[in-house]
Amino acid sequence: MAAMTVKTLSEDEFFYGHKACAGCGGSLALRIALKVLGERSVAVLPAGCMSAVGFNFPQLCFGNNAIISTFAGTASMLTGIEAGLRARGITDFHAVGFAGDGGTADIGIQALSGAIDRNDDILYICYDNEAYMNTGIQKSSLTPFGAKTTTTPAGKNIRGNLRPKKNMFEIIAAHGIPYAATASVGYLDDYMRKVEKASKIKGTKYIHIIAPCPTGWGIATDETVEVAREVVDCGLWYLAEYENGTFILNHRPEQFEDVEHYLRRQNRFRHLTDEDVQWIRHCRDEKWRAIHENFKEKTER
Amino acid sequence: MARKFLSGNEAFAEGIRLSKPQVISAYPITPQTIVVEKLSEMVENGSLKAEFIHVESEHSALSCAMGASAVGARAFTATSSQGLLYMAECLTYAAGGRFPIVMMNANRSTALPWNIYGDQRDSLSQLDCGWIQVYAKDAQEALDLALMSYYVAEHREVSTPFMVNLDGFVLTHTYETVDVPTEEQANRFLPAFESDHKLDLDHPCNLAFSAGPEHNSAFKYKEHVGILKAKGVVAQAEEKFAEIFGREYTGLTENYRIKDAEYVLVTLGSIFGLAKETVDRLRERGQKAGLIRIRYMRPFPAEEIAEAVRNAKAVAVLEKDISFGYEGTVYTNVNSALQKAGISLPTVNFIGGLGGKNISGEDIEEIFEELKEGYRGVKFMGIGGDGQWRR
Repeated sequence: MAAMTVKTLSEDEFFYGHKACAGCGGSLALRIALKVLGERSVAVLPAGCMSAVGFNFPQLCFGNNAIISTFAGTASMLTGIEAGLRARGITDFHAVGFAGDGGTADIGIQALSGAIDRNDDILYICYDNEAYMNTGIQKSSLTPFGAKTTTTPAGKNIRGNLRPKKNMFEIIAAHGIPYAATASVGYLDDYMRKVEKASKIKGTKYIHIIAPCPTGWGIATDETVEVAREVVDCGLWYLAEYENGTFILNHRPEQFEDVEHYLRRQNRFRHLTDEDVQWIRHCRDEKWRAIHENFKEKTER
Repeated sequence: MARKFLSGNEAFAEGIRLSKPQVISAYPITPQTIVVEKLSEMVENGSLKAEFIHVESEHSALSCAMGASAVGARAFTATSSQGLLYMAECLTYAAGGRFPIVMMNANRSTALPWNIYGDQRDSLSQLDCGWIQVYAKDAQEALDLALMSYYVAEHREVSTPFMVNLDGFVLTHTYETVDVPTEEQANRFLPAFESDHKLDLDHPCNLAFSAGPEHNSAFKYKEHVGILKAKGVVAQAEEKFAEIFGREYTGLTENYRIKDAEYVLVTLGSIFGLAKETVDRLRERGQKAGLIRIRYMRPFPAEEIAEAVRNAKAVAVLEKDISFGYEGTVYTNVNSALQKAGISLPTVNFIGGLGGKNISGEDIEEIFEELKEGYRGVKFMGIGGDGQWRR
């Protein structure tokens, strides 16, 4: 199939006039996905950044059908929408959810797991900015090791978040889901291809996209895309897919960029000691060892 | 019309089959389970064409129903007790979103202590969540309410979710002879669901949004007006219902031997049958006893209750509920109705039947006896080993 690229992308805007912070990675993930999916999309967003910036009556910012769900209820509301439209004889639509890391990996994981178990025909996109940003940068289970948040302050006794980032991609894959993928707003062509591919698959689809938050990460507003590329290039995130029971690695950096550079440029990691950085590097290498063992490589588009 | 021997749950499921919901999402909890089991069978054998969604929790059950309702599909769910409390966030959400979902709640005690038997603390604790609340007295009324609930909930002026309450076990698991209407009759009564404010692929819109201080009160006022309008629509539904099915209902309340009653007992739910028998017995002894059954807790029948007790000497409210630290919720509502109508009568709140404790005809006789004392306040029925009533 001819993959959608920036050049062939629709000029229609479906997420427009919202009040997201400058440089917001999450809003980019939404905007691009809706361009790929088109006007017959029904979007569900739980409480979180994107609903907070997009649904303020009377300034409603979605050009397609969109609704806020309860915080825990993104997937279950998607299920109802998909079943309801189908029961009404309508089949040419996309039921798509956009939830943050907290809404996905913490409070919404039960409903998401239920939807995958039922193999409901929905697309669930997690825009991961690695903390509860909407409420003021609190730790979620997708906050990486070492990150300073307002609930994991970096002080003398505890140096930020001490737990590793929950591996949602593989947790989702373990359900035997028809399609799951990771992505980054730093690699938009890869993301667009995955959204388009997911839109053509029956059953439950999950895409987990890293979406930096300048406000919460402590980077400049024009660094979002660069940092989102760097996290992939330094090996702390990876671009992959899970399909037909197989993990596929889409992109293997020839040589990892420096982890320390990625970390030190962000205010949330600035307190880390050299030992902390070394530990993060070690964990990255362990992860890649597992990736090489378990993932097939396929980089063609 | 077919005569069948059905439990409350089975009768209600028949009513839902005739109401043709397009999406059913439910999670099992005793004593609601038989409703969803029956509906599953109906979907399996083709007598009900609906999407049956096996959700992983009650929160998801109602969240899913909201999604279905938001795209204009008729949605149904059922729960009880802990399940109702678990979906509490979605209750206010569905009401604020004006999603006309129908839910059956099998009234059951709430933990702690754990208890699967019937009382009404579950639904009464959620009285303020913006749902219409009705309480059935028997299996026939349960079936009929299934049909009427969609008629009222989906009415354009109402557009409010609707909770039908059946007393756990006492009603859900008790068998009676029930008239089951034909599909042709049900179709004549209940029009297809048409919604003006739905996620429509040809006319996209944004729903369930934020509204700040400037607009919030107006939305909440409209929500309030919607549920108040249900009162008139209930009357309209009952008139049409009587025409087609030949069974009559009496709006937000049902009274019994109330006209010249000096001592009036207010009840909620299935205890009404036993209370009627007791009143008959007391009447035979020359006592002027009467009954009010509250059918709808929301909208609340304030005028109806005030009118019915205007000439009484005292009023008792018997409820399977307590708002800890004060009194029963039904009692609070009844007193407010009397106060607004300028009626100052001794009223007594009898708290009984908690956790499924049996209420006997003798207990009800004793209520009428105690009512003559002129006491005002709360009495707990049958506490501990001595069986004493405590103030």
